[in-house]
Amino acid sequence: MKTLITCTVNGEERTALADTRDTLLELLRDRLGLTGAKEGCGNGNCGTCTVLVDGAAVCSCLMLAQEAPGHAIVTIEGLAKGGALHPIQQAIVEIGGTQCGFCTPGIVLSAKALLDANGLPTDAEIRHAIAGNLCRCTGYGKIVEAIHSAAATLGGR
Amino acid sequence: MRDFVYERPQTMAQALTLLTAGDAKVLAGGTDLIAQMREGRRSAGCLVDVKGIGELTRISMLPEGGVAIGAAASAAAVSRSAIAANYPAVAQSARLIGGVQVQNRASLGGNICNCAPSADGVPALVCHAAEARIAGPAGTRQVPLEEIFVGPGKIAIEASELLVSIVLPPPPARSAVAYLRFTPRREMDIAIAGAGTYIRLDQRGVIAEARVALASVAPTPMRAPLAEQRLVGERPTLALLEEVGRRAAHEARPISDTRGSADYRRSLVAVLTMRALGDCCGQLGIDVEATSK
Repeated sequence: MKTLITCTVNGEERTALADTRDTLLELLRDRLGLTGAKEGCGNGNCGTCTVLVDGAAVCSCLMLAQEAPGHAIVTIEGLAKGGALHPIQQAIVEIGGTQCGFCTPGIVLSAKALLDANGLPTDAEIRHAIAGNLCRCTGYGKIVEAIHSAAATLGGR
Repeated sequence: MRDFVYERPQTMAQALTLLTAGDAKVLAGGTDLIAQMREGRRSAGCLVDVKGIGELTRISMLPEGGVAIGAAASAAAVSRSAIAANYPAVAQSARLIGGVQVQNRASLGGNICNCAPSADGVPALVCHAAEARIAGPAGTRQVPLEEIFVGPGKIAIEASELLVSIVLPPPPARSAVAYLRFTPRREMDIAIAGAGTYIRLDQRGVIAEARVALASVAPTPMRAPLAEQRLVGERPTLALLEEVGRRAAHEARPISDTRGSADYRRSLVAVLTMRALGDCCGQLGIDVEATSK
């Protein structure tokens, strides 16, 4: 069946005709053209589909599109402002916390959820926050370093 | 995946009507159900999203003491809630379920109803003598949580019924609960074995009551009654905790699978039970090393 779904994505109210079985990830990628969130495992283990729902990091492959109305969704496309990267994105670029890039949108959003709640996280807190995001390239060291750096740039709020 | 109708009832009565109609499944966090439906392991003609029902998402202090945790409350909500003060092991266990993304969606009730022998949310609840409040067409019933587990994926809650909340009695004075698990990876892993323990001391510092709840070592979460009996009437010493660990290991009924052999799981039960009891003693200000000298 088809159904009309309206929800807030990156600050804008969006309406799309979706399949009743669509996950939030399918709504974002296939109906709204926001392909920043990726499908890796499709069952909540890899975190490449991470988006923010009301500020909380969630796996968009494990949420139905029909659960989205009434909630504010933020994807990686919603972070850069006026052509300038978000400080977390900028730090990942400068420090080299990305290689193939497939996990990067999810990692950036997990980091954003963390820094929004905890402006000066410890190493352990950063590693816990991104434990649900698998990266097979970097070994995580530079990602953790970049999140520390972004925290400093954002002023340790 | 078979097509389904998505419903979001606002009241328990509406939810029960939908469930009674048949071919329906309860959707809370969806972190198990949606993955299982996509893989074709489960199917339903109707998904009943219960997150719109206040009683199922609230975590409320009960007037008579204790707390009711709505079955659809997320693991993140449980770990951040005020119950962490009186039930620290319940809050800590909620932080072991998947990673942050999963904890933000997965519900405590779903962790229970998915009925995995390895469910990290369960042993601490059993140690607290939790009861399951279940609503159905014939009314509401409340049963000890540990009695609703039948086998992997099988639970003694009918398709027309709904797990409403987990009810925890107030923790008695001079009591403590701890849950420890072993996973090869630090996070995002399924326990090879887990042990939850509860002890209550009397005025003299003698153990008056004990519970040992094990995970991942039987078809369901299980109690270890012989280990519990050995504790009662004793003062905690290192030698006692070691002996109780060995008893619990003997009572465990593990299988060998890709995550670990039965023998390895038994060895883990001995160590985890001993350490969890040591953690309880620590919470109660007892230094077991010192009492053993």
